[in-house]
Amino acid sequence: MNEQTNPAANIIEEPGERNTRRAFLAAAGIAGLAYTAALAYPVYRYLASPEEMAMNATAVTEVTLKDAQKLPLGSVLMYKFGRSPALLIHHEDGRWISMTAVCTHLGCTVQYEPQADRIHCACHGGVYNPYTGANVSGPPPKPLKLFKVAVNDTGVNVSLA
Amino acid sequence: MTSKTVASSVYDWVDERLGLSELAAFARHKTVPVHSQSFWYYWGGISLFLFIVQCFTGVLLLVYYRPGADAYESVRQITFVMNFGWLIRSAHAWAASLMIFSILVHMFSVYFMKAYRKPRELGWLSGMALLGVASVFGFSGYLLPMDELSYFATKVGLQIPSAIPGIGEAIANMLRGGPDVSDFTVQRFFALHVVVLPAIFVPLLGFHLWLVQRYGNAAPPSEEAKPASERKTMPFLPNFLRKDLAMWLISLNILALLASVFPWSLGKPFDPLAPAPVGIHPEWYFMSPFEMLKLLGVVLQGEAGEIAGILLFTLGIVLWILIPFYDRGKEFGQRARAAHYFGLLAVFALLATTVIGYWTIR
Repeated sequence: MNEQTNPAANIIEEPGERNTRRAFLAAAGIAGLAYTAALAYPVYRYLASPEEMAMNATAVTEVTLKDAQKLPLGSVLMYKFGRSPALLIHHEDGRWISMTAVCTHLGCTVQYEPQADRIHCACHGGVYNPYTGANVSGPPPKPLKLFKVAVNDTGVNVSLA
Repeated sequence: MTSKTVASSVYDWVDERLGLSELAAFARHKTVPVHSQSFWYYWGGISLFLFIVQCFTGVLLLVYYRPGADAYESVRQITFVMNFGWLIRSAHAWAASLMIFSILVHMFSVYFMKAYRKPRELGWLSGMALLGVASVFGFSGYLLPMDELSYFATKVGLQIPSAIPGIGEAIANMLRGGPDVSDFTVQRFFALHVVVLPAIFVPLLGFHLWLVQRYGNAAPPSEEAKPASERKTMPFLPNFLRKDLAMWLISLNILALLASVFPWSLGKPFDPLAPAPVGIHPEWYFMSPFEMLKLLGVVLQGEAGEIAGILLFTLGIVLWILIPFYDRGKEFGQRARAAHYFGLLAVFALLATTVIGYWTIR
């Protein structure tokens, strides 16, 4: 029973010792990782704050533009729908059209040109139809998304179509 | 090629150009004395660690902080809007206090172990300069949130240089950016805090650490008196470094606990017309010098007294800084004893004036 005088006992014990050592190192490694994660998580969330705020702004489904019903014929109003710029056009024929102003090509802000009666992107020459938002010429791959417009006495209500 | 041979050939490539093996050989031979006061050797390392924490948390605050007229609003945003912003800010403020504390402990341990003696005089002087810069860090950082407390703390603090005869007012105006603490003051304290002071502190710290590598840890005279065979040492690598890192981990845990359980508050935005809030007082590490000046002002009345007080106070600091050139001997002679008592007097004065300062807050 005396371990010191029995060499066989030592030989049998060795692998067991190695196992506890390995288990200890594994546990220490996991604890270290957990510790690092506990430090990194607040830092990540802190740096990600503006992104999270922007995501909340994207959740907007409708915008009320006060006094926008006074917009003259043939002119445009730029406003912010959620976090991205948008156009509200009061056409010469009296039609109200609103769509996103973010070019579908590389994300520049487009502009309405009343003389040419078109929507133009100055970055790479993309052209859109000012009534339907359809991409007419140039590099844009997709049309601009239209919003639903409701005009009343106090303003203009724009919402997701 | 196996990964081992790749690793060793990369090491050889770098070693050939940077001489890593010389460094490794140097590190292997580095030892740290072991004796009853070895505990105090960790405090320089703890101060260094807390400075690293300040760099990290400082950069994180810089991500959202806006100096000038927007300062208060941006700190409000960091504290109440950004995720975990309160924690980052609280960690920065707490680590500042802890860093000053550990530097002071480090300074007094160096003092009483007489580690400033030849050849370590420059270590002492650079250390004192680091403490000086660290307190300017503290003072300038305190203003940056631009709340009531920081406004009045800066207002009062800048009265001290303006008491210097002749040029005092000009110095204070230069620091303030005008006759009053204002948006201009925050803007220049900000430049000081994040550009000028780090640019001074980091090279000084490098010099300080290089000296520590060059001369090693000093043993107290009682150890030096022993014959070499009776002195014990431990290897720096890995024994001391391992203990050092353990101290860093303990410091980090204490900091995390303090920062999260006692989050740093943000007062009302500063208002130059508002009266000073009740119970206003300097940060704990400025309490003692502030109180000393106040007490000297009571003893030495009038404007001449004020100047005499500042002179006396400055004289004390100069004597403290110059101690390596007074107490130079290897043995524990008369000068060594005098320096020892001067040190005890300094500790007593520091503690007593701090206690009086907190006691007399109305």
